[in-house]
Amino acid sequence: MTLHADVGVRLGRLDLSVALDAADGETVAVLGPNGAGKSTLLRSLAGLVPLDEGSITVDDTLMDDPAAGTFVVPERRGVGVVFQDYLLFPHLSVLENVAFGLRSRGVARTEARRRAQEWLARVGLADRAGAKPRLLSGGQQQRVALARALVTEPRLVLLDEPLAALDVGTRTELRRDLRTLLATFGGARVLVTHELLDAVALADRLVVLEDGRVAQTGAVHEVTTRPRSRYVADLVGVNLLRGVAHGHEITLDGGGTVVTADPVAGDVYVAIQPSSVSLHRARPEGSPRNVWSGRVRGVDLLGDRIRIHVDGVVPIVAEVTAGAVGDLGLHDGVDVWATVKATDVSVYAI
Amino acid sequence: MKRRGRGVPLVPALLAGVAIAFFALPLIGLLRRVPWSNLGSTLQEPAARDAIRLSVECSLWSTFFSVLFGVPLAYVLARGKFPGRSFVRALVILPMVLPPVVGGAALLFAFQRNNGLVGGLIYDLFDFQFTFSKWGVVLAETFVAMPFLVITVEAGLRSVDRRYEDAAASLGAGRWTVFRRVTVPMIAPALIAGAALAWARALGEFGATITFAGNIQGRTQTTPLAVYNLLETQQPVAITLSLVLLAISIVILVSLRDHWFGGLRDRESA
Repeated sequence: MTLHADVGVRLGRLDLSVALDAADGETVAVLGPNGAGKSTLLRSLAGLVPLDEGSITVDDTLMDDPAAGTFVVPERRGVGVVFQDYLLFPHLSVLENVAFGLRSRGVARTEARRRAQEWLARVGLADRAGAKPRLLSGGQQQRVALARALVTEPRLVLLDEPLAALDVGTRTELRRDLRTLLATFGGARVLVTHELLDAVALADRLVVLEDGRVAQTGAVHEVTTRPRSRYVADLVGVNLLRGVAHGHEITLDGGGTVVTADPVAGDVYVAIQPSSVSLHRARPEGSPRNVWSGRVRGVDLLGDRIRIHVDGVVPIVAEVTAGAVGDLGLHDGVDVWATVKATDVSVYAI
Repeated sequence: MKRRGRGVPLVPALLAGVAIAFFALPLIGLLRRVPWSNLGSTLQEPAARDAIRLSVECSLWSTFFSVLFGVPLAYVLARGKFPGRSFVRALVILPMVLPPVVGGAALLFAFQRNNGLVGGLIYDLFDFQFTFSKWGVVLAETFVAMPFLVITVEAGLRSVDRRYEDAAASLGAGRWTVFRRVTVPMIAPALIAGAALAWARALGEFGATITFAGNIQGRTQTTPLAVYNLLETQQPVAITLSLVLLAISIVILVSLRDHWFGGLRDRESA
């Protein structure tokens, strides 16, 4: 286990208490809304914010433990950080930026430059070595920041919103490049982001942070298919309900019932994909399934798909085609019936 | 048509015209009297040569000491958290608003050999006195000049995005390396502007110098003092020396225009 952290920090209104582990070669994404404490968590791992309680261990070296009176200053941690906005030194050339960490550690100038040049070649920017950072595009700056962090061969690399400063057009490509580059680094990586897509594309494991606490943790697939909080459910765009199950029927906390194919018992989450929800103007007849009445309370366009928010005893979001919107006359205030097959209802214990 | 657009109304325009004339006339008056044909020979006068040499030497020393002590002071004011910080800042700014003669008198009571707060002690220990010496000039000039450097550099330090320093630390740079390789380059414009302002102020210093260091040709008589002295007896020399000071002021003004007026210009074009 490369990183073992139990972070307790109180900073202003933030009360952060998070356990975080990352193994060699593993990328852990810390996902959460603004103000959840993601950046503070990262800064505490880098030594830029001291812990109030808990401990941080990297490769069996104790970095921070207020109870033991241990605190290793940032410059001695050997932790590489790719900061939000990259923070390339504006007065230094790209090459000098990358060589900075080596120079600070006492590597001779020519040797530092040679290794920096090597890393620039690795990230495909060998020809921009002499340029000032402001002349580079956002994507190029990101790669320089990554080279600058990795050239010192850190034991752990931390990335704070590495794709947030980029425009949507270049993001997809850079996400892939970043994944490839990170794979060449053997240590543990911790990535902080508020974008689900970045987390899914780059991470092996997700830690969802809300209000300074871990709301959910697990493999990416596990978290996205079985969300355990409203925040994650909204991020992955799934309907999340809570209730008490008895057999095939679940009584929802907010009223109403859901029928499921497999029998369960106890407190459960119910996840329903919006694409599994059908809408009708008249009450549908026929096979046993979930049928709820409601009123349209919002229509969102998502690319070529349309999301209809239905307000009722069981509030639910349905994803329909543009054709269906026209045929059914789905607009605000229209009364509709929503149906979901019992086999499309995913139920898991709280 | 007259009242349309966004021009300036007549009365303020006239008053502004008077103000502009007020600034321009003295300059014209001075330039009209400059002995252009024999500038070189007037500058060769012993009093003029001594004054210019002393001014350059003392003002540069004063700038050096302002940077040496002023940058750490600005750092402490910008970054330090200690009780009485605003009091210290007020103390540092005071020489900017204090009448220089009062400053000179105050320096006298601190550093003169007889009855000075520390002057006697310095004399006993090192057999050295500031008064009536070149170093007295440097001391007086530094007293009035350093606040300009401190204020400018402190503002520069406050505007630095400290996350760059975090980034440097995460790359293994100790505090001194961070300061030397990141902080100083990032405040370089403020440091240069502050040093230039301090130098200009030191060069023009009159009141504190004459009160504290005296007015001895070749030893403490700097250019402004020489101008004052020679105005009665050797007017062409006094005028030529004034021209030298004016030229230096203009050079500083031009080289600092972006630092001072950059903000104004941006707003105008926006």
